Amino acid sequence: MKITGPSLPIAPGKIAPPIAPGVPSTGGADFLTTKLDIAVQWAQSNSLWPMPFGTACCAIEFMSVVSSHYDLSRFGAEVVRFSPRQSDLLIVAGTVVDKLAPVLKKIYDQMAEPKWVISMGVCACTGGFYRAYHVVQGVDEIVPVDVYVAGCPPTPENLIHGIMMLQAKIQSGELARHREAKTYVPIRVGEDPVTAIPAYSNEVMARVPGRRENP
Amino acid sequence: MSATVAPAKGLEFLPVLEKKFGEKVTALEGLAADVPTLVTDAASLHEAARFLRDDPAAAYDLFLDLASADLSRLPGPQAPKAGERFQANYILYSTKRNEHLRLKVNLPEKDPSVPTLTDVWPASNWFEREAWDLMGIDFKGHPNQKRLLTHGGFVGHALRKDYDAKQRWLCTEEDLLQTELAAQTDEPADMFETTTLNFGPSQPATHGTLRIVMRLDGETIVGAESECGYLHRCFEKMSEAHTYSQVFPYTDRLNYCSPMLNNNGYARAIESMLGVTPPPRALAVRTILGEFSRVMDHLVCLAANLVDIGGLTSFWYAFQPREEIYGLLEACSGARLTVSYGRVGGLANDVPENFVPWAREIIKGTRERLGDVETLVTRNKIVWNRLRDTGVVTKEQALAWGWTGPCLRASGVPFDLRKDQPYEWYGEVDFDVPIMTEGDNYARYLVRVEEMKQSLRIIEQILDKLPGGPVRSDDYRVILPPKEMVYNEMEALIYHFKLVFEGVKVPPGEIYSATEGANGELGFSVVSDGSGFPYRLKVRPPCFPLFASFEKIIKGHPVADAVATLGLLNIIAGELDR
Repeated sequence: MKITGPSLPIAPGKIAPPIAPGVPSTGGADFLTTKLDIAVQWAQSNSLWPMPFGTACCAIEFMSVVSSHYDLSRFGAEVVRFSPRQSDLLIVAGTVVDKLAPVLKKIYDQMAEPKWVISMGVCACTGGFYRAYHVVQGVDEIVPVDVYVAGCPPTPENLIHGIMMLQAKIQSGELARHREAKTYVPIRVGEDPVTAIPAYSNEVMARVPGRRENP
Repeated sequence: MSATVAPAKGLEFLPVLEKKFGEKVTALEGLAADVPTLVTDAASLHEAARFLRDDPAAAYDLFLDLASADLSRLPGPQAPKAGERFQANYILYSTKRNEHLRLKVNLPEKDPSVPTLTDVWPASNWFEREAWDLMGIDFKGHPNQKRLLTHGGFVGHALRKDYDAKQRWLCTEEDLLQTELAAQTDEPADMFETTTLNFGPSQPATHGTLRIVMRLDGETIVGAESECGYLHRCFEKMSEAHTYSQVFPYTDRLNYCSPMLNNNGYARAIESMLGVTPPPRALAVRTILGEFSRVMDHLVCLAANLVDIGGLTSFWYAFQPREEIYGLLEACSGARLTVSYGRVGGLANDVPENFVPWAREIIKGTRERLGDVETLVTRNKIVWNRLRDTGVVTKEQALAWGWTGPCLRASGVPFDLRKDQPYEWYGEVDFDVPIMTEGDNYARYLVRVEEMKQSLRIIEQILDKLPGGPVRSDDYRVILPPKEMVYNEMEALIYHFKLVFEGVKVPPGEIYSATEGANGELGFSVVSDGSGFPYRLKVRPPCFPLFASFEKIIKGHPVADAVATLGLLNIIAGELDR
């Protein structure tokens, strides 16, 4: 089921005058009927408050996205907050190294529900071409990821596409169901869900090829 | 391909040095393009360093870099003597004589250790910590020898040749906790006169990757300890596993605000080793795009810093010219930010046909936007209050801390490699190097603004006389031949095959090659073993000494000044941590 917004009871073929300047008409009625969760999802998807966890080159492109030329405020997601407690969208922009991994985990834990994560750029998605001794091979080792944005760094258009994709997902209610089930399932767009990875743990680290235990 | 000469033989102070140290310090032959080299042993290193700093004929007042190397896998004549394995290369510079010097120490395989030089050049502090962290060289008498780039849970020394590049270690929250600073107080436990503040790494002013632990007395910082490594993504280890051409994309991501300047610096180092000179058009385009990158870098620095101190408006103005320059870079290279446009022996491809009018258009637009920013900021009362007389660094301090670039020039030292040791097209154009003597944040701001104007001047002059011709060298041992030749000529096909499979064969040897990056001297120390892969590649990141001294600048000042100072030092984590 695809719902793009609350259903408005406008009579077909009729355009009623606006209720007030800037407030669209509801077809003569000053109320609308919808399901609560749809209304909430519609509101959430159009007022995302991003917390940029920007570390590297991708953070520079993120700055381009929020600045005048690409203007992320057209998508209702321009109120950038650097406090995890004030934001609901974590954008991991840039390489996350082992030294930063506990920090990212803590930031994610501090965010209040509902919350979403966009992994921006290949370094955040998979480690990129840094297949090395100090680099996390994809932030889904640490936090669940909702949308992966490819590119090194992604073009601003690409990140905007990722945000629109997340908006569609929020509106479809797909993500809410995952959270109700209390399991974080990272979803790769266009692919089957892959195995959930709960935390930055020993168990995860043991999967890293060639890794031995700490003595 | 290039002749070996003995540049060190020409040094004026050499007879005095030989008389004083005899056999213990000797001059070494090297590449013509390389810096003069002296070899000493660990026992007389400290004395030799003192001589090189204090002797008026030597006067090496600037400590630039410490490039360590593990020589254990070097073949044939390059192989170290029996029992020896490591090497420490100190790169020094004399601002009076405009000359670089490499001071080389060979170290044994077992317990490699040298005396610390922190009392001679305070700048060596963090460089020595880095060498300890990644190479395991022990610096006797170092005040604070602990890991710097890797985390507390890390085991081993990653840049040693026997360390597996994929070997990771788990970092827990306890590993990150820096308790040393919190313990540095003489007040009783039940007194709460001072308090500890953790600043970063996830803080807008620290760009998500820097961390400072401060001890505060009210608003005033009475002690601080800064830490980096939150973006240590193993550039140097990764480049050892890639061919010389494949390293270009990695260099883009060192200083990601001005990637083209990194491309230029790296290409110049490898070309100097090969003895290859790119065609004049390639050098001209490199200079133009490099200067555009410098403008972009300074714009990011100013815009981000103004946001940090509360001025959002100029951010929107400053980012518009960046978008326009991105457009040009994208048309040339195919990528906005990470261009990878340089090649050994030239450029990836020629610039678009409308390059010259397009660049002129951008210059015009940038001047306008820059004027807007200046109107908003330069004489703004709040900016004056925040930036003037804060973060003051004297000339002597800046030199002792190993600073280069705009920050050093804002403290009154006229050192700019573009002017002092011209390369590419900088010798052919007329430009000024802005100097300020105040050494405060406002001086650093003004120097950056003026440098942008000078960069635009340089670009205009080169655009006027942009030469035609190819942008790629015709030496097909180093650069891929054109596709038409590959398909039609046997020789070209062989060159293509060899280059793709084996990489550029750089003759055995080593080099230190420096260019003027956006933040200061960007140096590449390369050791080649004659194969297609760099044996060891060490970057001298301009930000590294800047951030190393940050904890000293902010002591005794309010937290708000620390934020303004951090922004105008322009620390780019990509090149700070590599």
